[in-house]
Amino acid sequence: MNQVPLSHILFVSTALFFIGMYGLFTRRNMITMLMSVELILNSVNINFVAFNRYLYADKLEGVFFTLFIVAIAAAEAAVAIAIIINLYRNLHSIDVEAADEMKF
Amino acid sequence: MMSASAVVFYILSFFILATGLLAVTSRKIFRSAIWLLFSLTGIAGLYFWLQMEFVAAVQVVVYVGGIVVLIIFSIFLTQQSGKDLPAPLRSRAIFSVLAVCAGFVLTCVLLRGYVFVPAGHSGIAGTGVVDASVGNIGAQMLSTSEHGYVLPFEVISILLLAAMIGCIVIAMKPKPGDK
Repeated sequence: MNQVPLSHILFVSTALFFIGMYGLFTRRNMITMLMSVELILNSVNINFVAFNRYLYADKLEGVFFTLFIVAIAAAEAAVAIAIIINLYRNLHSIDVEAADEMKF
Repeated sequence: MMSASAVVFYILSFFILATGLLAVTSRKIFRSAIWLLFSLTGIAGLYFWLQMEFVAAVQVVVYVGGIVVLIIFSIFLTQQSGKDLPAPLRSRAIFSVLAVCAGFVLTCVLLRGYVFVPAGHSGIAGTGVVDASVGNIGAQMLSTSEHGYVLPFEVISILLLAAMIGCIVIAMKPKPGDK
């Protein structure tokens, strides 16, 4: 672990964040967009754990932030999937372009 | 000459990024979910590599065992899993790649110019390395002293309860008599 500088871990998490952004931009299916959001949240978690390990090794704050982000991500995914299933029941599609009833 | 640990890191990060890229570009939604599963498992491996065993365990239990299974269930409930997803519009794909590359290059340039200084005497070579064991994490999470996390812990439990009830209410099928 000593041989790898912190910036290399941050490069990996940056790349993962922008992969998730690419998915969010190009996908129009709600479930795949949700998967991209999970990738983005995971890149943030990698950052927190790496900073905790490399810069503040005498504390545990990064671990707590990661644990709370994981808990919130789980709640978010559950609510998002409930909404997606409800939309599918009403619109028979989970494409974001199909959900335009409230579009002005 | 790279040490074995560095080699493990670069293999893990290549695995994470490759499977993540496949997860956002695969045209079959079920395969996309499976690639996401591999990517999340690789991230758990990265936490093991960073010697954060508890975070890695949480990653495996919550993400791999919970969220991906939930996503796969919702794919089965809403989609013919054999059907191809439509390809993204060409103009949208081109501009997304441009925006993403610009953001990535900008962030990398900023990262390269920044000097990270470990706080105090800690840091990777320092003496005061805390033991990130389950016992320590649990004790600090439920402690009411200055660095305790008992208030966020309780707020998160309320949030999880609210999300659970909200999911049931949102996904409930309306009775035929209603409205």
